[in-house]
Amino acid sequence: MNQFSYVRPASLKAAIDAVAKDNTARFIAGGTNLLDLMKSGVVIPEKLVDINRLPLKDIQLNGNTLHIGALALNSELAAHELVTTHHPLLSQALLAGASQQLRNMATVGGNMMQRTRCTYFYDTTMPCNKRSPNSGCGAIGGINRMHAIFGASESCIAVHPSDMCVALAALDATVLVTGPKGNRRIPFTDFHRLPGNTPQLDNNLAKGELITAVEIPANAYTKNVYYLKVRDRASYAFALVSVAAALDISNNVIRSARLAMGGVAHKPWRLYDAEKALAGKAPTEENFRHAADIALQSAKAYTHNQFKTGLSVNSIQTALLKAASV
Amino acid sequence: MKKQQTGQSMDRVDGRLKVTGGAKYFADHQLPELLYAALVCSSISNGTIKSINTTKALRAPGVQDVISHLNAPPVPGYKNSDPNAKDGLKIFKDNRIYSNGQPVAIVLANTMERAVHAASLVEVQYNQETHYTDMNANMGKAFQNNRMKDYTRGEADAWKKAPVTIDATYSLPLEVHNPMELAGIIAHWDTPDTLVLYAKTQGVKNVQDTIKRLFQIPEQNITVHSQFVGGGFGMALRVWPLEIATIVAAKKVRKPVKLVITRDQMFTLVGYRPNAVQRLSLGATADGKLTGITHEAVAVTSPYEDFTEGIVSMSKFMYACPNVTTRYKLVPLNISTPIWMRGPGEATGAFALESAIDELSYKLNIDPLELRVLNHADTDPEKDLPFSSKYLKEAYQLGAEKIGWSNRKAAPRSMQEDGMLVGYGMSSGTFGAFRGKATVSATLKADGSLILQSAAADIGPGTATAMVQIAADVTGIAPAKIKFMLGESAYPFAPQQGGSSTVSTLGSAVTDACKALQQKLAGLAISHVPAFKNAAPETIIFEDGQLLRAGQSEKISYETILQQQQLPEVNVVATSQSGEERKKYSMYSFSVHFTKVHVHPATGVVRIKHIVSVADAGTIVNAKTARSQMIGGVVGGIGMALTEEAVMDHRFGRFVNNNYADYHVPVNADTPPTDVYFINKKDPYINPMGSKGMGEIALIGFAAAVSNAVYHATGKRVRDLPITPDKVLDEKGYQQWKLENKMST
Repeated sequence: MNQFSYVRPASLKAAIDAVAKDNTARFIAGGTNLLDLMKSGVVIPEKLVDINRLPLKDIQLNGNTLHIGALALNSELAAHELVTTHHPLLSQALLAGASQQLRNMATVGGNMMQRTRCTYFYDTTMPCNKRSPNSGCGAIGGINRMHAIFGASESCIAVHPSDMCVALAALDATVLVTGPKGNRRIPFTDFHRLPGNTPQLDNNLAKGELITAVEIPANAYTKNVYYLKVRDRASYAFALVSVAAALDISNNVIRSARLAMGGVAHKPWRLYDAEKALAGKAPTEENFRHAADIALQSAKAYTHNQFKTGLSVNSIQTALLKAASV
Repeated sequence: MKKQQTGQSMDRVDGRLKVTGGAKYFADHQLPELLYAALVCSSISNGTIKSINTTKALRAPGVQDVISHLNAPPVPGYKNSDPNAKDGLKIFKDNRIYSNGQPVAIVLANTMERAVHAASLVEVQYNQETHYTDMNANMGKAFQNNRMKDYTRGEADAWKKAPVTIDATYSLPLEVHNPMELAGIIAHWDTPDTLVLYAKTQGVKNVQDTIKRLFQIPEQNITVHSQFVGGGFGMALRVWPLEIATIVAAKKVRKPVKLVITRDQMFTLVGYRPNAVQRLSLGATADGKLTGITHEAVAVTSPYEDFTEGIVSMSKFMYACPNVTTRYKLVPLNISTPIWMRGPGEATGAFALESAIDELSYKLNIDPLELRVLNHADTDPEKDLPFSSKYLKEAYQLGAEKIGWSNRKAAPRSMQEDGMLVGYGMSSGTFGAFRGKATVSATLKADGSLILQSAAADIGPGTATAMVQIAADVTGIAPAKIKFMLGESAYPFAPQQGGSSTVSTLGSAVTDACKALQQKLAGLAISHVPAFKNAAPETIIFEDGQLLRAGQSEKISYETILQQQQLPEVNVVATSQSGEERKKYSMYSFSVHFTKVHVHPATGVVRIKHIVSVADAGTIVNAKTARSQMIGGVVGGIGMALTEEAVMDHRFGRFVNNNYADYHVPVNADTPPTDVYFINKKDPYINPMGSKGMGEIALIGFAAAVSNAVYHATGKRVRDLPITPDKVLDEKGYQQWKLENKMST
């Protein structure tokens, strides 16, 4: 690990200034991913700007909107009554992620900012366009069992590893950021990017911008929700595929549905067409299967992740059945 | 008589030290002027080093030296070796690279962080040559090693003529031991020919012997400390090049050097369970009698050593079958050398054999348990000897009862609960019950305490605890007054802790040393204690730490003899080993594993719900540590069955999941309630305690118990470990059966 300096600013403005004015500076919160990246030589910051003392930990209702401070811990958020009551899907997704020890350190903002777990990204002797643009993609012709089936490019087939983000994408959350040019709001589904020709960019944050909060609008997805995570190990493993399913069911009719997947794309992958297909339909196994088939129409698999297409269909259907049967 | 200690669930004598952080592992030691080391490892898989540029590294803060083949002090033991002999990697001898991850330089600095950073600054240029790392693509290079010749009993390949046959191929991936404690060593040359080592090892004497040979210094000049080991599972059964590199570095800079390697280096520097492809062919009569077994195995090894293990051993004697053929070949690849990993080759082989037996049971429509009993080997068909003890049939019955085998419906995919497919599977395991040679020093102090010393290791099973119990029963001294000391090369010889042999070997030596001590005390009593004057030695009885004379009431305690003679202590040293009994009997431990699994019908996720493992391992010395050891082995078996696989990108010859996040050892959530039972019947021949080994059988066969249960649950036979969800589903990831109504809700 490189030698680096460390500052712990007391104000949001000082923190943003520290990073905006220094190309080698990085924010650090829980550090559960950044420290690994630094130890692996993937990220070599010369200055760490510790934001843990900034007042961004609050979890509260503003009117009907749930406001989640960017420094709220994953473990606190998962257990918070406002979350378990109003957005149980988010709680389920959080608890499916990482381990209790990691959730005790990891923040909401940090969770969003975590990098892919693609092995070629972490091994600095291997090609990786995300780590080292124009060096090639190791995964496309290599070991790609864990990789994307949606929205990938010839530059990169990595996936975003978060579970929390899958639920937030499904729940129409908004990201609040503050930067050198002031504040802005980014729809959660527009926060992360697809790889395209610039896989080195994971998201649409500008230099020096800092996530301050995530907001979730009021919704009817308080009961019929399910987060299904299919993984190789019962806990502490990244998803082969995961599905966040939320249904608003009334009189045996699906009024609206929200569906998103993890482990399948460079960003949390919303299944808009499948959601539309479910609206107005009865919550039946056949309708769920149909929606799942629609969702997978644009899938493209690679050498080792062919199984993800069928597994995704089965998983979407399973998650919907589970959500409907609650 | 006092309470018998053997068999009790005595707490570990070092348990408090371990859970309070008081136990010092090798890396916990600090020496004055200590330097920290980091390895620079090859990023190519075959070729030579063209150049090493250390300019930037040497300029980095705190860096003391960078040592490679260009400037390393010579290792004298390398000199005489035959350049063509496959006798191991000679680190820093020349510029040859055999495998990715091979150390090419060692960087020394005044902190670990600085050493690691400087290692990243060393620039190595290579002449790259074509490498070969894919076993399946290199089967044409398979060869036979002389240690593992083809075996035939009766008629070769007789299975082909049988009315009912199974002919299937099973594959096991490369597995890495991955104990929590990372490998490494502290090396300190006290003088130019006196070396002190703090090692992570399964045998201090083996380290001493290897160093003696390589550095050509007298044994007594080499001190090896290894009081505590944070898990070994076999990876610490030899001295690795990383340790030689550290010793060489310490020699060059004349300061103590500590190396702790990184997790990714654990995949390339300290061995692994070799990946293997096995073809298992069975022939049987229609009523289920085996008429032919052919077991063929191919496994990987390095370019510079031929590693063999007992992959095909179990097939030779496990079942009463007149015709058995085994063949075993190695494929040399550009990878490091494998080493025994818990259960070693027998665990690899048992997966194939016990899966095939299960497949045969379905083909014959005979219960898999019944089929095994039907073909039970009452005597050893390979050695043509009686077993010293074998209670396998009892183990089958006990395990079946405890798992509820009678609830199992015979047909595959016929049981469901809670929306899950339910499967029951079973298998058996066996491993040689060994007894080696060991020496124990026993010292009785005038306060009545007993100190036992031997250069044994404890990689976790609780060796000292078991030895205290054995010594307590022989001497009658209370366990609290007995101390067993191990992990020091200065102590009398003990072999490595491996092959499930420690209790047998060391316990026998403890027994003999304690008995010799009693005889010495008897001699003192006969010479000096009036009540025992002129007594015939055989008339002296030892009871509860006292000497008695047959038919007389006088007693004298051990310590009173010493106190009366004003002796501070009495010492004996005894060496113990097996005798003729091993020629008369075949000695094996046996295990039986039963599992109940749930398989999610839509996602293919397998979860083990209940495990019953039964060990026929002779007398159980400590019921508590024995149970822990069985559970530990079972957890290793869960990993083998469901999660563990080191994945390599053969284009680069590099592992792509060389970390704890991506190489999946089972976590608590993968580990269901595990019920362990012991037959606990003494083996009358193997050793004074009647104890057989247990570390290996805890794992051997387990993976088959899971894959057999998965087949029972789903109707899908997975012959390629680990059984990940994608393998349970079809190649497109769908369930191969139609999703049934409400099954998945």
